[in-house]
Amino acid sequence: METGMNFQVVWDNMAHFMVGRYPSGPMGGILLTMYLAVVSCILSFFGGLIMGLLCVSRNPAIRYATLAVVNAIRGIPLLMVIFWIYFLLPWVMGGPTPESWTVITALTLFTSAYMSQIVQAGIEGIPRGQMEAGMSTGLPHTTAMIYIVLPQALRNMIPSFVNQFVSLIKDTSLAFIVGVSELTHVGTQINNRTMVYPTEIFLFIAVIYFIICFAFTELSRWLERRLAWRKSI
Amino acid sequence: MGSYQFDWSVILTGQYHDWLISGLYITIQLSLVSIALSFLLGLIIAIMRMSTVAPVRWFAVGYLEFFRNTPLLIQLFFWYFGSYKILPEAVNDWLNAQNYEFAAAVIGLTIYTSAFIAEDIRSGVRSIPKEQMEAARSSGFSYVRSMQYIILPQAVRLTIPPLISQFLNLTKNSSLAMTIGVAELTYQARQVESYTFKGFEAFTAATLVYLILSIVITALVTWYDQKVLSPMGMK
Repeated sequence: METGMNFQVVWDNMAHFMVGRYPSGPMGGILLTMYLAVVSCILSFFGGLIMGLLCVSRNPAIRYATLAVVNAIRGIPLLMVIFWIYFLLPWVMGGPTPESWTVITALTLFTSAYMSQIVQAGIEGIPRGQMEAGMSTGLPHTTAMIYIVLPQALRNMIPSFVNQFVSLIKDTSLAFIVGVSELTHVGTQINNRTMVYPTEIFLFIAVIYFIICFAFTELSRWLERRLAWRKSI
Repeated sequence: MGSYQFDWSVILTGQYHDWLISGLYITIQLSLVSIALSFLLGLIIAIMRMSTVAPVRWFAVGYLEFFRNTPLLIQLFFWYFGSYKILPEAVNDWLNAQNYEFAAAVIGLTIYTSAFIAEDIRSGVRSIPKEQMEAARSSGFSYVRSMQYIILPQAVRLTIPPLISQFLNLTKNSSLAMTIGVAELTYQARQVESYTFKGFEAFTAATLVYLILSIVITALVTWYDQKVLSPMGMK
């Protein structure tokens, strides 16, 4: 058994790790990982916003129905959500759908549920007086929510959103299970081809994920400090 | 798909039912072992993180940041496929003598979760007001005894709800062990799907099991918050 490490395999496949077969072929590697994460993040921001607002609705039927959906999604593993979507999306769309759609849909659904909790907590964190003042100047509840409470709440939520984005980047690795050639999938492919360098390959991939995720974690901490500072003045 | 025929008997009786039950059994086994180990490891890392010895603290910070900022899946792959090059020969021999997939899953889940648990424990300790420690010290307790009798008993009570949600996360995360060939619940649901094409039924069964676990655990945490923490004024 060979015990020394040899990172030559990583250098030889660097382009594949970074962008897959792009631009002559489809996107892959880190590029696809970030693409999946960014698209799902944008979609689940709106998904989470809508679900979060429904969670604080004054209509108990809407509130409890949304909370039930949110808690159901939060109660099952992401892998299960991916299998469900893999299974149901072609049926809903009436034909075969690209695997990357499966992943984006599953990640969006899953992350929206978590984002809605952030939105809910953010709205509840704004003093009631804000809503009361808005309504006493004659604004309807919904308008006061959208123009007065939400803008203040959103600013406080930014660090949590960034943290959620970090989770999302990590979660894209599960796209490997349905054969989407993002970073993790590229790693397993190269590992299957070369056979003898699993340590080097997975260590390298771990470091790549770490660099990206750690950068965003630090950004979130910095935003949190800045927010705390702004509140203190 | 319009002509899909539901057949719940597939998962309610017979061989495929047994597969799912054995998967559930492995999920529970894997989760319980990893929960116990990740709590111990998390406690150790949390104590190291709060140490007054700088290198010990730096090691803990590095550990926390690295394992929290890399995907669990990659960590599992690393332990399963790649760890033999960095582990001592004796450890490799021992691992090979075990159920290697299961052992790798336990190692991966334990290390990943311990990093989150350590942070929860630390924030529990930090939420105990400084004056408690000062009061304890000024009434003659040593640092260790103050921790033991004054700080930790309070901190542990506060840490229980986040710890339980970490254990719930771990149970859900244990589904990733299927990727390295551990025949747990999700793995078996997929097996049933590929053998019978009754994926809807198989995934429904697995989803319900995960949901029931989550509901029970969430209810426990809520009960604890309301009945134990609130009356003590700790919430």
